[in-house]
Amino acid sequence: MRWYYKLPLRLRSLFRKDKAELDLSEELQFHLQNQIDEYVAQGMGPQEARHAAFRSLGGVEQVKEECREARRMNLIENFMRDLRLGLRMLRRNPGFTVLVILCLTLGIGANTAVFSWVEGILLRPYPLVSDQERLVTLTGTVRDTRDETSWPDLLDVRRSCTLCETLFVSKITGATLSIGERAQVITGSIVSANYFDAIGVHPILGRGFEPDEGTGRNAHPVVVISYHFWQSRFQGDPEIIGKTQRFDNVVHTIIGVMPEGFYGTFVGRAMEYWAPLSMLEVYDADSGILEDRGARWAEAYVRLKLGVTRNQAQQEISAIAARLATEYPATNRGRGIKVWPLWETPFNHAGHLLPTFQIMVVVSIFVLLIVCANVGNLLLVRSFARRQEMTVRLAMGASRGRLLRQLVTEGLLLSVCGAAGGMLVAYWCRHALALLFPGDVVYLPGQIDGRVLGLTAAICLVITLAVGLVPAFQTRHLALADTLKNEASAVMGARGRAWFRSSLVVLQVTLSFILLVGATLLMQSLRNIRTTSPGFSTRVLATWIPLEAAGYKAPRAQTFQDELIQRIRALPGVEVAAYARATPLGYGSFSSTAIAIDGYEPQTNEQPTAEYNEVSPDYFATMGIPLRSGREFSRADDENAPRVAIVNQTMVARYWRGQDPIGQRLQVKGNWVQVVGVVKDSKYYSMDEAPRPFFYVPLRQYFSIEPDIYIRTTQPLQTVQTALIREVRALDPNLAVFEMITLQEQVDRSTSHELVAVALVALFGGLALLLASIGLYGVMSYSVSQSARELGLRMALGAGASNVLGLVLSRGLLLTTTGLIIGVALALLLTRLLGNLLYQVSPRDPLAFAAAFAVMALASAAACFLPAWRATRTDPMRALRAE
Amino acid sequence: MAKPSDLVQGTLDLLILRTLALQPMHGWGIAQRIRQVSKEVLQVNQGALYPALHRLEQQGWIRAKWGESENNRRAKFYSLTPDGAKYLRQEQAQWKRLSSAIGLVLDMS
Repeated sequence: MRWYYKLPLRLRSLFRKDKAELDLSEELQFHLQNQIDEYVAQGMGPQEARHAAFRSLGGVEQVKEECREARRMNLIENFMRDLRLGLRMLRRNPGFTVLVILCLTLGIGANTAVFSWVEGILLRPYPLVSDQERLVTLTGTVRDTRDETSWPDLLDVRRSCTLCETLFVSKITGATLSIGERAQVITGSIVSANYFDAIGVHPILGRGFEPDEGTGRNAHPVVVISYHFWQSRFQGDPEIIGKTQRFDNVVHTIIGVMPEGFYGTFVGRAMEYWAPLSMLEVYDADSGILEDRGARWAEAYVRLKLGVTRNQAQQEISAIAARLATEYPATNRGRGIKVWPLWETPFNHAGHLLPTFQIMVVVSIFVLLIVCANVGNLLLVRSFARRQEMTVRLAMGASRGRLLRQLVTEGLLLSVCGAAGGMLVAYWCRHALALLFPGDVVYLPGQIDGRVLGLTAAICLVITLAVGLVPAFQTRHLALADTLKNEASAVMGARGRAWFRSSLVVLQVTLSFILLVGATLLMQSLRNIRTTSPGFSTRVLATWIPLEAAGYKAPRAQTFQDELIQRIRALPGVEVAAYARATPLGYGSFSSTAIAIDGYEPQTNEQPTAEYNEVSPDYFATMGIPLRSGREFSRADDENAPRVAIVNQTMVARYWRGQDPIGQRLQVKGNWVQVVGVVKDSKYYSMDEAPRPFFYVPLRQYFSIEPDIYIRTTQPLQTVQTALIREVRALDPNLAVFEMITLQEQVDRSTSHELVAVALVALFGGLALLLASIGLYGVMSYSVSQSARELGLRMALGAGASNVLGLVLSRGLLLTTTGLIIGVALALLLTRLLGNLLYQVSPRDPLAFAAAFAVMALASAAACFLPAWRATRTDPMRALRAE
Repeated sequence: MAKPSDLVQGTLDLLILRTLALQPMHGWGIAQRIRQVSKEVLQVNQGALYPALHRLEQQGWIRAKWGESENNRRAKFYSLTPDGAKYLRQEQAQWKRLSSAIGLVLDMS
């Protein structure tokens, strides 16, 4: 019968006993009444008929009890009984139970952790923000390469887009707060005035931004702060609204406090404050960029209307961008706007982590499969040990269905325990990713929400069925007579049903091998990235001094910079020092400009652009970037001298066709400058980038108030840092110095994403190796114990310990070899998936394959050796007498 | 409590299902109908009838519903479910095979 008939019935008999009892009495009453009527019709007296009727029924109470009994044998009670029985079985074998639950915990925990990261970082990265599945991000494009967008362009999109419900801007920025002699930067966002309404999160204290606070240059120094900032800096002051705080030396009024658990909208960072767009210039030194259609800086989000697909939105927005390109050719020629799903967002960590997580999902499923194979194997081994019990129960009349249900119930018990453990693992690991980012404040939480829980429950269910049905598959073969007789002893490797357990082991070896290959490839790739020369010396020390926040303006800052660099050069052990506006491989972006070159004819629709850095004299000497021709900048290249530039080799190759460009002209931001030198290429944004055209201009001619300071020295970092603070304080006791790092640290930070991939895959690969070894060990131990008689016989007939050792080992290695061969074949196909995560490593790198092969072979030899050695200790007399 | 003169165990279920295949009926009616159809040969043990009905209901082969009897009393009517009908067909075929086999053995001369 269908469950939907059954269920109410069963529940009724369980929970509504009274009703069932009444029904039963009434039913029997009806029967008795009819019987009495019949007897009366036959001529009995009423009293007599009544007694006769009761007699013919055979005792009302007895019948009732039998009816109750018939009802009670139902699914739920059976289940409870199975549960109790299962618990008893698991308690009886604590070692086995712990091992299985541990395996399941690892497998389910790995999956839950990965999915919670995917959920918390890629799919629903912004806690408390409503309707995240309809959020997309926008960036500009220049002829298919990504660029930022400008606020006027976005306003036009907002006005014309019919498929967008709302559009808002949220651009990460930082403000400097000086605490003692160390400067600190806190991270915040510049947001459009509609931000809080658009994301559907509102302050718990105070208010969000008014629409007019988004406009008017520097007119609204107001700020909404995070709960964390409120608690840590203001000790949760309830009177905080209306108080003021300096951000980058501009006094802001605090107008709101956001709820706990809201971190803004930037994957990888927790925001501490939000300021309106009108205050953009405070945080971004260029003036007038809010109204400038050519100033591209904005990072925008759009919530699509219900039912609108990304493609439809992209089409409409592309059409709007095309219209803008014709309306404003001077700024928008060749430019478009691209719609990105949240998980591909290029301007935060999501886009960087996506390839890693794509791999991780595959890897965690592999681990889960290995776990299932392993647990299945363990249960299988145990089901042989329980064969007697099963057979007896079959003989006593238990139906196969009942046995099956009991096995599945036991599987459920195990997988529920494993799932609970897995959830704990995932919960503990939710902030683990951030630990892989060295010396950096990164916020990358996993999120365990309903969808992650649902997925875990689904995994749990699949495992239950898998681990419950595997032994059941074996009991299917149970023949009563065979198994009630004492189990016939087997011949090593020739058991009929051994193939099933063997194939589970082969599966584990195969999958582990693939993971090991992946881990090895990624490790090689990371080593390549980290040992590749970035094109500059990595032992240079770097720091900066937040002058702007201390109220310095250009002339004063210039004097300060000049005096400070003199003092730094005079420090003991300092070889040379210099300034530059932006650090290579840092977070800040380089200046970018449209360029024109004498003698270079751009193709139609091509607008040559290049990025550049503003650097002081001695920059190249300090950074160890070799000069190829021409000269370095000198102190003579100041604001009064003719404007000059130094270009890199890629730029020479692209725009001067390799000809020496010294003396040639280059147009930078509309001004012509003369090329005076050529330097070697180096890395600018990331270690794995392709060579790009890049040039340098003198800091004096393109002034920046707070450039980074680079120091080449033989002294340790701490000494230099202390000395620097002393010198800075001698010049101005109010100034603070930012944390000093080596450029090597900068390189390491910029390769954190690669490190994440390597660490995770290596961890899972190691886990897989361990599990596969346990699996192999389990199967070998079992076959040794099962073939004790055969081994004893062989030894009695004169086989030496080495023969026995060889016999057992060869069987184990046969399994391993089979797994490895399949693994090599599959890995050759699968490692291509690592594609863009690999830097200068072929996905079929023979070294990686060889290394993984060796590790796997060693591990399995170790796993087989112990059982094999135990086999040689078989006492022939005892083994033979046991029969 | 099945006495030798009573029905063989298991056949009661079969008879109940067969009877219900005609029309939904209450317990009393089932007993009467079996007696009539078998020309008074088969006497259903009334003490065994109701537990059997409840067991069949639990197994999902029949379904119960309260209704009005011919003599206007409230009675519990049982009817066959699709699963029950399927089971009945199997059991009927099984029974026919068995009885003809027994017949063959008994007719041996």
